[in-house]
Amino acid sequence: MTVRPTTRTGATGGLRASVAVSAVAAVNGLSRTLGRGSGTVAGGRAGLALDPRLLATLATGRRVALVSGTNGKTTTTRLLATAVAGPDPTSVVSNDTGANMPAGHVAALAGAPRAPLAVLEVDEGYLGRLIDESHPDVVVLLNLSRDQLDRIAEVRMLVDRWRGALAGLRAPRPGLDGTVVVANADDPMVAYAAGTAPSVRWVGAGQVWHEDAVGCPACGGRIVFADDGRWACDRCDFARPAVDVDVVGDELVLSDGSRHPVRTALPGQFNRANAGMAAVAALALLEAVGGHGPDDGPPTLDLVLGRLAGVSDVAGRFSTVMRSGRPVRLLLAKNPAGWTAIFDLLDEAGGPAVPVVLSVNARTADGLDTSWLWDVPFERLAGRSVVATGDRRLDLAVRLRYGGVDHDVVDGPLAALDHAVGRSEDGATVDFLGNYTAFADLRRAL
Amino acid sequence: MSTATRRLTVCVVYPDLLGTYGDGGNGLILARRAGWRGVDVDLVQATSDRPLPEADLYTIGGGEDGPQVRAATTLAEEGTLARRVAEGAVVLGVCAGFQLIGRRFPDASDRPQEGLGLLDVTTRKGTGARAVGELVATPTAGAPRTGRGDPLPRLTGFENHGGVSVVGPGARALATVTRGVGNGAGDGTEGAWAGRVLGTYLHGPVLARNTALADLLLGWALAPGDAPVGTVAELEPLDDAEEIALRSERLEAVDAAPTGGWRSMVERVRSLR
Repeated sequence: MTVRPTTRTGATGGLRASVAVSAVAAVNGLSRTLGRGSGTVAGGRAGLALDPRLLATLATGRRVALVSGTNGKTTTTRLLATAVAGPDPTSVVSNDTGANMPAGHVAALAGAPRAPLAVLEVDEGYLGRLIDESHPDVVVLLNLSRDQLDRIAEVRMLVDRWRGALAGLRAPRPGLDGTVVVANADDPMVAYAAGTAPSVRWVGAGQVWHEDAVGCPACGGRIVFADDGRWACDRCDFARPAVDVDVVGDELVLSDGSRHPVRTALPGQFNRANAGMAAVAALALLEAVGGHGPDDGPPTLDLVLGRLAGVSDVAGRFSTVMRSGRPVRLLLAKNPAGWTAIFDLLDEAGGPAVPVVLSVNARTADGLDTSWLWDVPFERLAGRSVVATGDRRLDLAVRLRYGGVDHDVVDGPLAALDHAVGRSEDGATVDFLGNYTAFADLRRAL
Repeated sequence: MSTATRRLTVCVVYPDLLGTYGDGGNGLILARRAGWRGVDVDLVQATSDRPLPEADLYTIGGGEDGPQVRAATTLAEEGTLARRVAEGAVVLGVCAGFQLIGRRFPDASDRPQEGLGLLDVTTRKGTGARAVGELVATPTAGAPRTGRGDPLPRLTGFENHGGVSVVGPGARALATVTRGVGNGAGDGTEGAWAGRVLGTYLHGPVLARNTALADLLLGWALAPGDAPVGTVAELEPLDDAEEIALRSERLEAVDAAPTGGWRSMVERVRSLR
């Protein structure tokens, strides 16, 4: 796509900001040299320490889209960035390593000072701050369910904070910037939060996990879900908003009845939903920019859907690697909703013959509490060959025992993978499913 | 005693409102452990839109403030739980479930709400940060003993709450905190019990790491109907190798970690008074 020059000015935050930007680069370089990771967060922290307003300064002059929610952030961010970039990847900056707190945003933005578009994944707890500092054109809200309760606030506290942040937005008007919120109408928590925003495009993106949403966030009543995905409170008038775009199987159905195929190389219905959210958001961002399609007409839904179809793995997630001559599919899920969605995918893909390695850690980035394992329907894995590994493999083993799932416990992700390969039939795929740092451990080891 | 002919109904109370911390696992663990011993078990997930079923053992889990109030109100209005407790049913309350079986607990705006009064415990909001982290506690000398008459071993779990719970004269503290916060009332206690009702801040879920506590609850529920309250049926041992491995790993991890923050220091100093 072509981005018209905007009337905004470039990043000119004065001497302090430019010193801080240099610090980001210097610390990142140093951190990489010392082998302490990619350095994105270290540099960002140094920059913010020197200039607390650095994020706002670096965002100035860009068109910004934010992506937040419990599950699907990294994937949707990647799909959205790909869809708005089109043939020119340098037009978009994105925190594509998953560093989704302000230090990560600062590091990403400082590394691409000339990119006119920014697509940022945002930790749920920082959405308010990012809205304040980056003045986004688009905010994508995917879903909200329990995740890392020892670190982030409980779901309802988070919803209240989102409501406050979104209430301060302005609807876009001709000649005047504003913010379009793209929200999942199938998640009552998201619907309640987005209810305060002045301009919302509602997407029926589905939600397999309802356990956190049965208490009405508006009145404390009970949310009743129908089989077709509609929901309503049994006490007040809070109900699923009428959708502008519905994700039905592998199609987007618009309120005018038109149908648009979603082709994505990523597996699972939840990824088709992520693609749908990304496409609606991409269109909104391109409209804000005043971009146009290849024939100089306005950008269309089919254009952005075509662009995101090529994304086949996201930071290693959903990718397939070879181990001892066997294909191993790498899957990441961090919480009950995520694991449940992946179990759907396992059923969809391979059936019970596919051995699965489960790896769970409970480090700071994962949340220190493993209670959530008891909210995951592991019973669905009964009959499969299951190997438990990760720092908290003993927690997994006890959970699997009470779920009636036969399993072996193996220390170390590679040893666990080899154990599963050894127990599988020739040529069979092995699935590896880990939570956040367990997934990173395996990728580092491979 | 022979448990082969016994029937047992285990009821997970309102998983639609109180199930935030994997505490539904407690019901599953109780049902499995009874079933493995030949007891004919029903495990019922009782949602809040229906009358609470008749059961021998009820588990009530953790939850957020709004749903906690709704659960307490609904249970008080429909009355089954209090009646079943009077008839000898066993109750395990965890976190929000512990608070709501007590006399009073605070809502989201810190207004006191009526609890069910099944346990003489009163909860108020703490003034400091939420208590979040591994919690280890040694059962008190007066705590209930296993079916074989042994004291319960150390209790291990994960706590995450902002409440301070004071155990009144009608109940007894379950354990003394050695790591973490627990009841947080300055006396170094964790949990409470009276009769066959037991509450705790431990989740994880608590029974996954503390099978002796699971078997105590089952022992209460499976005691002969004419036995005095407090009788614990002796259950045949199970192969708990995986649970024991998990327990040891968690206790060792906590023992090896540097002693907790200022909060647990303060709690310990207070408990010396």
